[in-house]
Amino acid sequence: MTPLLQIKNLQAEIAGKKILHGVNLDIGKGEVHAIMGPNGSGKSTLSYVLAGKPDYDVTGGEVLLDGANILDMAADERAAAGLFLAFQYPLEIPGVTTMTFLRAALNAQRKKRGEPELSSPEILRRVRTEAEKLGIDPEMLRRPVNVGFSGGEKKRAETLQMSLLEPRVCVLDETDSGLDIDALKVVADGVNRLRSPDRSMIVITHYQRLLDYIVPDVVHVFSKGHIVRTGGKELALELEANGYAEYVEEAA
Amino acid sequence: MNMEARPVRTAADEAFIKAFAEVGADLPGSANVKAQRAAAFGRFEACGLPTRRVEQWKYTDLRQFLREARPLAAPPGAVERQRANDAGRAFAAIKPRRLVFVDGTFVAEQSDLTKLDDGLTITSLADALAAGDAEVVKRISDSNVSQGDIAYALNTAFMAGGVVIAVEAGKHIARPIHLVFANCAEKPASIFVRSQVSLGAGARLTLLESHEAFGAEEYHVNSAINVDLGEDAELDHVKLGSDAAAAIHVSTTGAVLAAGARLRDFALTSGGAMVRNQLFVTCNGTGAIVDLRGANLLKNRQHADTTLVLDHASPGCQSRELYKSVLDDTARAVFQGKIMVRRKAQKTDARMMSQALLLSETAETDNKPELEIFADDVQCGHGTTCGALDEKMKFYLMARGIPADEAEALLIKAFLGEVIDGISSEGVRVALSAIVDATMDARGH
Ligand SMILES: Nc1ncnc2c1ncn2[C@@H]1O[C@H](COP(=O)(O)OP(=O)(O)OP(=O)(O)O)[C@@H](O)[C@H]1O
Ligand SMILES: [Mg+2]
Repeated sequence: MTPLLQIKNLQAEIAGKKILHGVNLDIGKGEVHAIMGPNGSGKSTLSYVLAGKPDYDVTGGEVLLDGANILDMAADERAAAGLFLAFQYPLEIPGVTTMTFLRAALNAQRKKRGEPELSSPEILRRVRTEAEKLGIDPEMLRRPVNVGFSGGEKKRAETLQMSLLEPRVCVLDETDSGLDIDALKVVADGVNRLRSPDRSMIVITHYQRLLDYIVPDVVHVFSKGHIVRTGGKELALELEANGYAEYVEEAA
Repeated sequence: MNMEARPVRTAADEAFIKAFAEVGADLPGSANVKAQRAAAFGRFEACGLPTRRVEQWKYTDLRQFLREARPLAAPPGAVERQRANDAGRAFAAIKPRRLVFVDGTFVAEQSDLTKLDDGLTITSLADALAAGDAEVVKRISDSNVSQGDIAYALNTAFMAGGVVIAVEAGKHIARPIHLVFANCAEKPASIFVRSQVSLGAGARLTLLESHEAFGAEEYHVNSAINVDLGEDAELDHVKLGSDAAAAIHVSTTGAVLAAGARLRDFALTSGGAMVRNQLFVTCNGTGAIVDLRGANLLKNRQHADTTLVLDHASPGCQSRELYKSVLDDTARAVFQGKIMVRRKAQKTDARMMSQALLLSETAETDNKPELEIFADDVQCGHGTTCGALDEKMKFYLMARGIPADEAEALLIKAFLGEVIDGISSEGVRVALSAIVDATMDARGH
């Protein structure tokens, strides 16, 4: 069975500075891969390049989602094709209420996939249901997107969006950062509810703790713009104990 | 060099002079009105259309925009009147009282003058001028209000269509009045309209105004409105500028507020080649409150100029100005705001803000805020911002599946939201949002 997401020798730069030095990663359907690695090693860069952020120049390689190259697609097309990035730093958008945003996103994706648009009451019902599961105060939905949300609230809001949009590939960039211990569990439960044989995930994190809740099938170590080691979930424990020193030097 | 020297007359100046010589005597009005017309025209004749050498017209050279003076609009025929039936639909849901002006002429038969609310009177300007009504005449002449502005003087000279609206003290007029201006003539014409609105003490009114075209793409409108608010009176004025692509539109609002009066003025400009909205507002009584707002949605080579002069002549008044422009292509928005605080106007609280969102690198905005403060215990401030759409926000929206044009439209609406959200009537707010949406949709081509 071909992997759902295939990243082949991906190279990318920003402002003339090369950040990704040939990333290779295959993720099968239903698999959860964790990526760990030192600050500044390019993990967020990888997630942005996958999502289609225009600031980056892809200088080589391919990314195939279900066999189709997504690098030629605009960000919205990638989203409609089933790619979702939970941002490390979710953006605040003053003047656009969360509800308006969710409605626009849901229906834009459905439209692009040729599915009928959902009515406002139906969207409201779905949003309320998911929000409740994630412990999100309905009042927050009336506020502008992420504006004035606490760090933890922003991460919950990202998880809410992901649950509603039902992507095929989820990329979670430090979704655990900024969450208190209880919130971490709530968010992890939300992510686990989305685990299914048809959906794959990349979980970027610095902390083993998250991986106790979201148990990965594979763990990768990322350093200096590429994957330097791959192992099972026990690799995360090893990293927690020994740090990255070994890999930073290896890659140098 | 003598800047006061009379400039060489242009073809447009000559045409206005000829027109005034030909028809001036036939324009409506008693002898004292005619005298005022002549005096105002004399002021125009002395200096011609304003150029950028006139400080108040620095960024909008009317002489350049109005190279030709089109003949005064003819009274509308059956065809033009028929076309006007489609005008002003944006506010239909609010069911306002429609007063229809076709090519500047007030058409009573197409207007709703039945069952006037208690305390409301509506008279055609022509009738009021012919009768020489002292109050009406007094307001025309108020040159303080316009500060000797030449476009306004030209309006005084030629004004023909319009209405005089008066609300008795204490009366709250529930049903908004909508001045529907429909420009329907096939041939380019010049249109001069003037209206007056006076509210007695404690009276309230919502006045809507729309300008649209159903005939020639090119015409020239010079519209003015005199507002007189008694103590604690409240007026909401909302103006929609949806003129045709080649239209030149100059509009003057002159308002005088007594103690405790409230004026909320909003203008949405999306049409016209050149639009100038000038407002002269005087707080003549203690505790008056002024809220002036506007939004410009411009593209191609559109030019919109908002010039306002706010005169705090009494203590304890509050004024807020918020103007936002969304500019595409080579469009240009001008904002000139002058706040004057007289010596006795202590405890004045005045704040002015203009913001522009540039959608193209060739769009342009000019800002000239001015504070002239003669009192010492006041709070005055102004601010200006200018920027492009936030690419990071746009990416975030797109990363959720929202296409680029829709993401931009959301961000533009968010930018404008603040101006529209402040409008008190929900019906008006909904109508304006719908217009912004439609303009955004049209932007996607
Ligand atoms: N606009 C830019 N110009 C130059 N360098 C940049 C730019 N944006 C990011 N970088 C650099 O790219 C490198 C990778 O950054 P990235 O955010 O991908 O790291 P990360 O692995 O996600 O780190 P962290 O664990 O701290 O989140 C960093 O050295 C960063 O400084
Ligand atoms: Mg990062």
